Amino acid sequence: MARPVQYNVKNEGGKIVTVGQGPEGYSGEGFFTTKLSDVVGLARKNSIWPLPFATSCCGIEFMATMGSHYDLARFGAERVGFSPRQCDLLMVMGTIAKKMGPVLRQVYLQMAEPRWVLAMGACASSGGIFDTYSVLQGIDQVIPVDVYIPGCPPRPEAVLDGFMKIQELVGSESVRRRSSPQYKALLDSYGIQ
Amino acid sequence: MALTNDIVKTKLIEKFGDQLSNFEEPYGMLNFEASKEMNLKVLQFLFDEPGLQFQFLADLCAVHYPDNAGRELAVVYHLHSLRENFRIRFKVFTSIQQPDIFTATRLFSSANWMERETYDFFGVNFLGHPNLKRILNVDEMDYFPMRKEFPLEEQSRIDKDDEMFGRGGSIK
Repeated sequence: MARPVQYNVKNEGGKIVTVGQGPEGYSGEGFFTTKLSDVVGLARKNSIWPLPFATSCCGIEFMATMGSHYDLARFGAERVGFSPRQCDLLMVMGTIAKKMGPVLRQVYLQMAEPRWVLAMGACASSGGIFDTYSVLQGIDQVIPVDVYIPGCPPRPEAVLDGFMKIQELVGSESVRRRSSPQYKALLDSYGIQ
Repeated sequence: MALTNDIVKTKLIEKFGDQLSNFEEPYGMLNFEASKEMNLKVLQFLFDEPGLQFQFLADLCAVHYPDNAGRELAVVYHLHSLRENFRIRFKVFTSIQQPDIFTATRLFSSANWMERETYDFFGVNFLGHPNLKRILNVDEMDYFPMRKEFPLEEQSRIDKDDEMFGRGGSIK
């Protein structure tokens, strides 16, 4: 008995298969020219290695996002790394106590450029309900953040949306951004060399 | 014969007389108070006395009573007798200007971390403690957060509009 595979490779149902938009450029017979930054961006954004820094319930929601139902792997982020030196995207999910601030900062410093940071949920973004003496009021007090995901905790769809926002940033980033004076000034404002 | 509050109280009064005060039994648990200089003597007696043997310090914490002039900080010892399966609560009070209390670490090793915690949150200075420094909060913290004069909310935040929380005012 044939198994009902909806999206099989042979495409027997004759469904319309769409192909993602490539970067702008000139193409001719057997060649295609485009900007290096577009190609690098395309490669980077579809092979992001996330480093989950999960401290509480947002981490549980992230696990659902990694699971088969929502499947973050569809976005090229199959490989969740637990070593900061290999990862591109620091995903901070959950309450960060003040005592953990330096730890988070060290993890960020250990990541190689280019690196991106995603703050998931109210706590990582602003301290959330934990407006108290022991909790860091948003991780942007210690490290620069690229994308904030609102919610307490955000649903997996929101995580995917935030991740796609990161992909947009990664894909459209200039190859020179990380050596620009603006970026240096941003890091300097956090006391990072 | 099982230990009762009355037996403990009688033994304490036999030994210390009127140096102990405020005997109470809220929810059936014996509470009493001594002057802060007496704390080690009382703990040692309760530890050694045959028939009592309160040799387990179940909890040690502090309470801040800001209106209680001259005795703002209470240090509370919860003692358990494993032999008798019996609990009592022992309090000493100190002024907040000079919150010095003798350490119980010589008697109970478990007092080490609990006294550090009490120092961390209330600023009680345990004299003779081997390593009296902050244990839970960041080392850079320059106040004792559980004292009542410090608001619970993080004071470094400037984005919170009090009006949104039904208490007037606006962003600084």
